Amino acid sequence: MTARGVARAVLLFCGFVIAVVLIWEGAKAIGGDPWRFRDGSGQEIVYMPPLRWEIVSDLSLPHVWEIWGALAAPVQREQTQSLAEYLVGAAIYTGREAALGFVAGAILGLVLAALFVHSRLAERALVPYVVASQTIPILALAPLIVFAFGNGVLGIVIVATYLTFFPVTIAALKGLKSSDPRALELMRACAASRWAIFWKLRFPSSLPYLFAAFKIAATASIIGAIVGEGNPGGSQFGLGRALLNFNEQFASGPAKLFAAVLASGLLGISFFLAIAVAEALVLRRRRSVRAE
Amino acid sequence: MAAAEAHTPLDDGSDAEAAEPTAEVVVDLRGASKVFEGRAKGDTRVEALADIDLAVGRGEFISLIGPSGCGKSTLLRIVGDLTNVSAGTVAVNGKSARQARLDRDYGMVFQAPVLFDWRTVQRNVELPLEITGVPKAEREAKARAMLDLVELGEFGGHHPWQLSGGMQQRAAIARALALDPDLLLMDEPFGALDEMTRERMNLELLGIWERTGTTVIFVTHSIPEAVFLSTRVVVMSPRPGRITTIVPIDLPRRRDFETREMERYFALVTTVREALRAGEGGGSSGPVDPARRVAVEGLGG
Repeated sequence: MTARGVARAVLLFCGFVIAVVLIWEGAKAIGGDPWRFRDGSGQEIVYMPPLRWEIVSDLSLPHVWEIWGALAAPVQREQTQSLAEYLVGAAIYTGREAALGFVAGAILGLVLAALFVHSRLAERALVPYVVASQTIPILALAPLIVFAFGNGVLGIVIVATYLTFFPVTIAALKGLKSSDPRALELMRACAASRWAIFWKLRFPSSLPYLFAAFKIAATASIIGAIVGEGNPGGSQFGLGRALLNFNEQFASGPAKLFAAVLASGLLGISFFLAIAVAEALVLRRRRSVRAE
Repeated sequence: MAAAEAHTPLDDGSDAEAAEPTAEVVVDLRGASKVFEGRAKGDTRVEALADIDLAVGRGEFISLIGPSGCGKSTLLRIVGDLTNVSAGTVAVNGKSARQARLDRDYGMVFQAPVLFDWRTVQRNVELPLEITGVPKAEREAKARAMLDLVELGEFGGHHPWQLSGGMQQRAAIARALALDPDLLLMDEPFGALDEMTRERMNLELLGIWERTGTTVIFVTHSIPEAVFLSTRVVVMSPRPGRITTIVPIDLPRRRDFETREMERYFALVTTVREALRAGEGGGSSGPVDPARRVAVEGLGG
């Protein structure tokens, strides 16, 4: 991406954020709870929105500045750590688990796809189970996995792996099969080994498919880590724990939960962007990418 | 058939080039046949090639020409062990076609360049050398030399999609030559190029052929191309593909743009054209019912 392209993307993002805030607060100005301000002299001013919409009440949708304020306030009474600091720490913790799960899931997915592309028997025998594995609700499975692996980080990473390997397997299989048949014939004419065909032709041909899957898998790995953490035996740290805790405190402080949701979203976006940057770097020399 | 022979002026057999093939046989096909069995029930069984006898001598440039579906590409693929014969034998360099492939005795050029777009042109040419395990420095030097040979020396650092169609095909030829094969198999390599580019590529291919001394088997649809390039033109009949006539090309070995204006050249083009037409008539008027033909062949074999 050129410098101009980056600048445009940043501008677009800022524009998007501003638009969301305007719609958010606009809706509250029309149908929310009464707004209380203090003017310069300390006098309280109350603004009464004309309508009453439950969905934009202060409990359902806190003011943007309340979320902002909660981020700067201490995470608990009598603690020096602010909510923002706490959430950054939680996001790093969760991000590490998700990254481990992502890498493990990507490797597992690739190995399975490589197996399937070389053995139709293995493909026929195992692909249905790979698909079936994803029909089990992760909410039911996560506690079992976390418990089975001794209530710690390992179990959480495995939950993330579990959500990650599926899109990678399916896309890698399609990608590894996407090689130009004439190119395969060329490799045969050169008496290339299966190993050479895999690394010099099949794998490079599969990269555009793989990166598409990595983008899905990257965000799925975060979901997996968060769901894994949010188990009784899961974790005392991380975004999953934060989301559960703030969920319990929702009635007294909805802004905290919104802040934690925001942190989860930002973590997901940063994972996605990391993959997109890697993709642009790896595929920059290809015609298909240039043409876009 | 009779017309073709009447126009074939080589009955005198005095031509030096026509005598050359007997020296050393690179490709030897005997009674080679190919039948594609239908995969599913009810699929037609297609007899692609029947009873092909052909010996190609070292240093020859052989063109295979015939109507679409006459099995000329299949014949080339049989020599390259990309498909097997249903009956008969194939020997390449005195070994089985499979062994010749495993020994990397031939280079292959397809109608499409089939370059890998994630590799530079240089690294595309290096590909067969990489597969063979040639050390890095050596394969880089070799690929550069091959690119110089096809006059793409300056374009090694480019990616395939930055090159024109003709240049891409030259890169594919450089790749095919990278392992110094005894034999170059070319399947309509210039079929996708415009007439001007094709004529230039023909000249360049002849130059490469002369410089490397490689034996070439060249599949084409184009009569002028076949006559211009070859030492012998193998004319094939439609399904099942058989060799109708082999036309020795007794043009001077050194060929250039003027060759295409020689009377002898026109005469040979006419000979090949008439041989093609005779082959197409091939004993039956109108389209042959493939099922019936297969039945007849089946009884015969």
